[in-house]
Amino acid sequence: MSGAASGPELDVLDCRGLLCPAPIIALARRIGDVPVGALLGVAADDTAARHDVPAWCRMRAQEFVGEEKAADGVPIYVIRRIT
Amino acid sequence: MTNAAVYLDAASSEPMHPAARDTLLAALEHGYADPRRLHGPGRNARLLLDNAREVVAEVLGVRRDEVLFTSSGTRAVQLGLLGLAAARPGRSASGPPAAGLPADGRRIVHSAVEHQAVTDAAAWWGEPVTVAVDTTGRVLLEALGEALGKAAPGADAIALQSANHEVGTVQPVAEAAELAADRGVPLFVDACASLGRLPLPDGWDALAGSAHKWGGPAGVGVLLVRHRARWSHPFPAGDPLARVDDGFPDVAGTLAAAAALQAVTTEREQVGARQRELIDLIRASVAHIPDVDVVGDPQGRLPHLVTFSFLYVDGEALVTELDRLGFGLASGSACAVDTREPSRVLAAMGALTHGNVRLSLTRDTSRADVERFLAVLPGVIRGLRERAGL
Repeated sequence: MSGAASGPELDVLDCRGLLCPAPIIALARRIGDVPVGALLGVAADDTAARHDVPAWCRMRAQEFVGEEKAADGVPIYVIRRIT
Repeated sequence: MTNAAVYLDAASSEPMHPAARDTLLAALEHGYADPRRLHGPGRNARLLLDNAREVVAEVLGVRRDEVLFTSSGTRAVQLGLLGLAAARPGRSASGPPAAGLPADGRRIVHSAVEHQAVTDAAAWWGEPVTVAVDTTGRVLLEALGEALGKAAPGADAIALQSANHEVGTVQPVAEAAELAADRGVPLFVDACASLGRLPLPDGWDALAGSAHKWGGPAGVGVLLVRHRARWSHPFPAGDPLARVDDGFPDVAGTLAAAAALQAVTTEREQVGARQRELIDLIRASVAHIPDVDVVGDPQGRLPHLVTFSFLYVDGEALVTELDRLGFGLASGSACAVDTREPSRVLAAMGALTHGNVRLSLTRDTSRADVERFLAVLPGVIRGLRERAGL
């Protein structure tokens, strides 16, 4: 994944240590605060999040941008709010 | 709750068919001896075992000498798949390379949604090549063709299930068989999920089934090996080329398994049509619950099974709550299984992995059972989401 989609100011929701579905619930709670067109990152070390963040985007009609890596190696799943 | 428990997990294990129970009890009396012995009790056991083989061969439309009995479906998978691979030119039946050593190009190609018994066997053999599936869980034939090219100078075997055990989608076995034949690679089919429920597919070299999934007893697997297929025993064996039953046979259990297979095959059209209709009803009804992913092919599927996942719901909490209300279902969500890993099948399809349940009907599940389940499910989901603060 290229990091082109995000700038240094990417808003990241910290879901480290949370097990699914908790990261997805946190994401659903936060998305309302994100302006349409803006990006939100979800830092999650639970393995289910790798599949469930893109699935959430498909089911909730949002855009899954891709996966990046935080400084500590934890994946950050990047979403663009489109609705 | 005054309602009797409703078991909706036939895909894990179907309750024993009455024909199997009757046969089992009768055969226990007479099938104890070693069928290879020349004394009377041995001959009795041999007769029962021959009878079982004859019934299975006739029901499945194969030769008697193509039917081998094993101690489980997993064992049938291991012997079938690895036996095809071990018989390839230049391979031997001497087990896997030691850890850390190169696998010497040993490769089994399989779909991304195979049962763990298949993926474990393939990983034991060498470095497996996994083939992607579409969003319904059906293997991509183009990707299979590419994988066979990439794995040149030749994969040792291809493994493809007849139908998926978690989402029900039927696989294009005949088309895969053509690709396999073009490349000269043997095809193994894991038919554990479909045997007794759908007709046997064509084009395989070896095929495995598991009796407790069609209403026979646990501890009986069936391995079919085509007489023209090259196969050699992948594990220690006196004569690696001899195609004999695996270990000391459970004569009574095997005969009961054969009786169940015969019975469910006779009833297949009627039971399958009823189940198909009930699953259609469930799929349509569950789709009305907000934020649900109803997965698998709605048409090209096993008759008795459907899987769905609910956003924001904990799979373990869901099956626990349904159990409390008297409904027994399985879940592929990470929190509901020992490994804490989400279902590889759901992940490969791009389906939601949390909040997942698999519902599978027994041959006796009634419309009333299904309607009661559908009546409670929306409230259960609402309750769990409220508990999560949504």
